[in-house]
Amino acid sequence: MSAATSPTASPSEASKLAAFDALIAENQRIEPSDWMPEAYRKTLVRQMSQHAHSEIIGMQPEGNWITRAPSLKRKAILMAKVQDEAGHGLYLYSATETLGITRDEMLDQLHTGKAKYSSIFNYLAPSWADMGSIGWLVDGAAIANQVPLCRASYGPYGRAMVRICKEESFHQRQGFEILLALMNGTEAQQRMAQESVDRWYAPALMMFGPPDAESPNSQQSMAWKIKRFSNDDLRQRFVDMIVPQAEFLGVTLPDPDLRWNEDRGHYDFGELDWDEFYAVLRGSGQANALRLAKRRAAHDEGAWVREAARAYAERAASSERLAS
Amino acid sequence: MTGAERRETWPLWEVFVRSSRGLSHVHAGSLHAPDAELAVRNARDLYTRRSEGVSIWVVPASAITASDPDEKDAYFESPRGKDFRRATYYTASESVPHL
Ligand SMILES: [Fe+2]
Ligand SMILES: [Fe+2]
Repeated sequence: MSAATSPTASPSEASKLAAFDALIAENQRIEPSDWMPEAYRKTLVRQMSQHAHSEIIGMQPEGNWITRAPSLKRKAILMAKVQDEAGHGLYLYSATETLGITRDEMLDQLHTGKAKYSSIFNYLAPSWADMGSIGWLVDGAAIANQVPLCRASYGPYGRAMVRICKEESFHQRQGFEILLALMNGTEAQQRMAQESVDRWYAPALMMFGPPDAESPNSQQSMAWKIKRFSNDDLRQRFVDMIVPQAEFLGVTLPDPDLRWNEDRGHYDFGELDWDEFYAVLRGSGQANALRLAKRRAAHDEGAWVREAARAYAERAASSERLAS
Repeated sequence: MTGAERRETWPLWEVFVRSSRGLSHVHAGSLHAPDAELAVRNARDLYTRRSEGVSIWVVPASAITASDPDEKDAYFESPRGKDFRRATYYTASESVPHL
C-alpha cells in the first residue's frame, strides 16, 4: 500500500476541503455521507427548510378555495394541486434531514417564527381569479427558480427538485387556464382576472429575492453551485416568459415601464417596491399572523393522531414479541 | 396541551418503487411513519400520485448498512486496471460479425 492511501494518515481538514472543492469544480454531486464545510451544510439547511416550509404554508391560500371552486372539476384540480404541494414539502423535509437536522426541529423553527417561508404566501387570495394568478404567476416564478435547482450540487436537494419540477408544470397551466376562462367570459369576469393580475404581478417578481447588489449570500451559493443563476437573471428570464403569455390571455401587466428592449434582447421593467418586500418579510404582510396561526393549529390538532398511531405501532410490536 | 408538547418522532423509512413489471425497485425517497403498514400507505400517497409505481417496498432507514464513505476510493479500486472484464478490451475480433 502506498503512503498516499495508508489508513494511518488520517486526512486533515484541509485535504477534505480540497476534495470537496474538487467535486464542486467537476460538477459532481455532494452526497449526505461526504465531508462538507459547515457553512455549506448550514446554508443548505436554511435554504432547503425554508423551501419546504414554503410548500407547506403555500397550501393555505388554495386550500381555502377548494370548497368554493366553481365546479367539481375545479375542486378536484385544486385538491390535486394542494396535495402536490404537501408532497413537495415532504420531499424537501426528507432531503433536509439528510443534513442532520430532525423533522421536529424544522417544524419547531417554522412554528416559532424562527424559520422563514416565501413572503408571497403572506398575501391574501380574496377572489377566485387569484387561484388563476397564483398558478400562473406564483407557481410560474417558483418553476423558474426551481428548474436550475435540479442541478444543485447537493444530491438529495437536486433529486427532490427533479421530482417537484415534473409535478409543477400542471400547476402553472391550470392557473393559466382559470384566467383564460375568465378572460373569455363576461366583462365582470374579465375585470376580476385583471384586478387579480394587478395584485400578483409585482409580488411574483419579488419572489426571486432582492436585487443582486443587495443579496450578499448569493455569491457564495453560486460558488458552491447550489444556485446557478442570480436573482436578477432569473427575474429577467421570468418577465421575458410571461409578457407573451399575458398577451395571449389579453391581460395587462401593471408596469408602465414594461417594454421590449431591442438592444438587450429582453423586456425592460420598472423598479419593484422593495420596502414592501422587506416589510412583509418582517411580518407586516396581510396574512403573516393568519398563516402561522393556522399552521400551528393544524399541528396541535393533529397531535392525537400522531400519538394514537405510535401507540398502535408500539402495541402491535409488543404483541408480536409475545407471540414469537 | 400535553399532546402538542410531547415529542412524536416516528421512525424514518426508505421507499423503493417498482415503476412497472419487469423493472427493479428503485429508491424513490424517504418518509416518517409509525409502522411498516402506514409507511407503505404514506409511500403510495407521496411517491405514486401519478401512477409512478406498481409495487412499493419500505425499509427502516436504521436497517441499512452502507459502505464507508471515507474509504470509497480504495474500496472501489479493484476493478480499475481490469479492462479485460469488458468486451471493448478485445479489439482484434472487432470486425467479426455476431461476436
Ligand atoms: Fe410546489
Ligand atoms: Fe406548485
